[in-house]
Amino acid sequence: MALRLTKRRTLGVLAGAVSVALVAAGCGGGDDGGNSAASQGADARGPITYVQGKDNSNLLGPMAEKWNAAHPNEKVTVKEQSDQADQQHDDLVQNFQAKSDAYDVVSVDVVWTAEFAAKGWLTPLKDKFALPTDGFLEPTIKAATYNNTLYAAPTSSDGAMLYYRSDLVKTPPKTIDEMWSMCSIAKKNGMDCFAGQFAKYEGLTCNATEWMNAYGAKVVDDAGKPTVDSPEAAKGLQALADNYKNGNIPKQAITFQEEQSRQAFQDGKLLFLRNWPYVYNLASTDASSKVKGKFKVAPLPGVDGPGTSTLGGHMAAISAFSKNKATALDFLKFLTSEEQQKTNMEKGSLAPVIGSIYDDQALVAKYPYLPVLKESIANAVSRPVTPFYPKVTEAIQTNAFAAIQGQKTPQQAVKDMQAAMQAASGGN
Amino acid sequence: MSAVTEPTKTSATGAPRKQRKDKGLNAGQGRAGLLLVAPTMLFLAVIIIYPLINAVVLSFEKDEGLDPATGMFVAGGSAGVSNYTHWLLQRCGDVSCPPGTLGNQFYSAFWVTLFFTVVSVVIEVILGMWFAMIMNRDFKGRALVRAAILVPWAIPTAVTAKLWYFIFAYDGIANKLLGVVGINPQLWTSDPWAAKFAIVIADVWKTTPFMALLILAGLQLIPGDVYEASQIDGASKWQTFTKITLPLVKTPLMVAVLFRTLDVLRIYDLPAILTGGAGGTTSLSMLVIKQIRQGGFNNASALSTIVFLLIAFVAFLFIKFGGADVIQRPPSSKKPKKDADTQTGNPVAANATSTGA
Repeated sequence: MALRLTKRRTLGVLAGAVSVALVAAGCGGGDDGGNSAASQGADARGPITYVQGKDNSNLLGPMAEKWNAAHPNEKVTVKEQSDQADQQHDDLVQNFQAKSDAYDVVSVDVVWTAEFAAKGWLTPLKDKFALPTDGFLEPTIKAATYNNTLYAAPTSSDGAMLYYRSDLVKTPPKTIDEMWSMCSIAKKNGMDCFAGQFAKYEGLTCNATEWMNAYGAKVVDDAGKPTVDSPEAAKGLQALADNYKNGNIPKQAITFQEEQSRQAFQDGKLLFLRNWPYVYNLASTDASSKVKGKFKVAPLPGVDGPGTSTLGGHMAAISAFSKNKATALDFLKFLTSEEQQKTNMEKGSLAPVIGSIYDDQALVAKYPYLPVLKESIANAVSRPVTPFYPKVTEAIQTNAFAAIQGQKTPQQAVKDMQAAMQAASGGN
Repeated sequence: MSAVTEPTKTSATGAPRKQRKDKGLNAGQGRAGLLLVAPTMLFLAVIIIYPLINAVVLSFEKDEGLDPATGMFVAGGSAGVSNYTHWLLQRCGDVSCPPGTLGNQFYSAFWVTLFFTVVSVVIEVILGMWFAMIMNRDFKGRALVRAAILVPWAIPTAVTAKLWYFIFAYDGIANKLLGVVGINPQLWTSDPWAAKFAIVIADVWKTTPFMALLILAGLQLIPGDVYEASQIDGASKWQTFTKITLPLVKTPLMVAVLFRTLDVLRIYDLPAILTGGAGGTTSLSMLVIKQIRQGGFNNASALSTIVFLLIAFVAFLFIKFGGADVIQRPPSSKKPKKDADTQTGNPVAANATSTGA
């Protein structure tokens, strides 16, 4: 009896702890890249599967119908993932690691391209798979390029803009200093002055790099080497920290993700807001919005003139394990076609990657922010294109967050950022 | 939790057979027993032993590195113990891990996990005891109170976390209530101290019912005549509580504390959703997941092995010194412990009387 009980207990305890270890175990293994796989099925045609994150605007159904009507023998099946970027990433990684041919064409976030490409999971878009890219906005192509090779076709883009209360501010600020000087207007009206997304998550990387870039810093050089430990980068963080301390950026802004900051602006609590284009429609149509018709957009302010936005958006790539790559390439061309992009803009407010669409007068009449957005994207700087992006963004977020809260000096923060990014490329 | 109950069952059927065999039962029966247990053992080996061993093996391999010539990832090869020194000694290659790397966050995650464990379990024990005493009394509407107390436990943690996320938002109800009593609004999801307490509060809210339930089960095993006797002897309420209730409820209480402690040491979902790890609330399990998301499976395996050993060690301490008798021992002749005897002897009788009554 005694023996039985001890055993039972030990096993029970063991099992409880095992569940922790299990988490890591299922995910290892399978580390040789798919280089040989990349050439398989290069000429093959047949049914394919397209995978992307949750479709909020009902674009996927009509898109697939249109493709299927024209290609009855190479029909596309659409798979929708969750609406969380992390989960989409996990889902793709699991499929690629299993070398599954279940996904032929995948939609990837701009910051995942280098990682997936370096793992050998994406088909390089060269030679037989060359994709014409004339007319595409330059930064979107740059973000899809790893090691001088194009790995994905940009399908939608995104650039940040400055939303301002046009009823209180007649001409939008062109420079950062001009913006701070307008904060007295906010004070007079009992509202907060400026906010972006300063919670500790991916959005902080976008915001912090924008501020560092605005002061002339480069997070990485053209070869991808970290160059963030510079006086310019420290100045950018200093500006954020100072204005957080003096209240120009409200205290709660370090809990803001996109939605919380939009809510604050919509409730009339903010004079200036840095956010993505999706806010425009919501703030003009939401029943609860208190700023309908009282706001406009402008390019982000910089030090001497317009600032630079961080580039967002999605691309489509062909899985290295796809069996029908010839069809997949045709589908890629279809996805990035001018016609398809226009539909996405009209039905889903997805920013096009082809420059000429922004000049379409009918569209501009409907979406007055398009010219500003085009400028924002054309000048946008993409986040570091590196296979170690998840580590790089952690390095930026952690240190920028500490600097904004005043837990470390901006000089120390950029120094630590640089060191952490260097450690990242060493595999740590 | 299913992982915990699964092996308990099988070892219950598996162990005694082996024991009987040791005592000299004929060999044929032993073999038949082995055959009957085999499928379960095989099943366990596949779902528990294999992943466990594989995780340990993986933890001694290097993560994929980038080949500078091609820009492609290549297999890392053997790592020795470098994945362990990465966490324990904070070594990132040749340098000490700079702030902003996950390695650098190991000790902060370690201490904050211990902080959550100690603080929330202590609060849960006190509140749980109180709730259990209330639920154990006879009064009108007892069923309603019992149900009400159990509601938080029935809500999935992810939902709980999201609910508290809204409560603790800057414009949320928590800050509105603080404003009523004249306290400045807090940044519940970002400020280092506020964020830690936000998690403790949400965790206590959710799991106190679990504690109360286990303690209630223990309380119901205490026979009523003990209380009657103490009343006749003129014991005060406090004396009754410290001299009768507490010693008699000790065993189930320690089991409850053990379960909760192991649970909090593995805490993931609550901080992940409520704060996302901001304000130094990244727990050890969150660090494992973050490391996996960064593509460092082998490094993550090393970390989960460390967490596994830590939890096993804490469980061992509890069982060895804390008196957390997960399985009730029969009265032992070797160690005539007064407490152990009353605990293990009485419940059976008490059970019989309570079902009879």
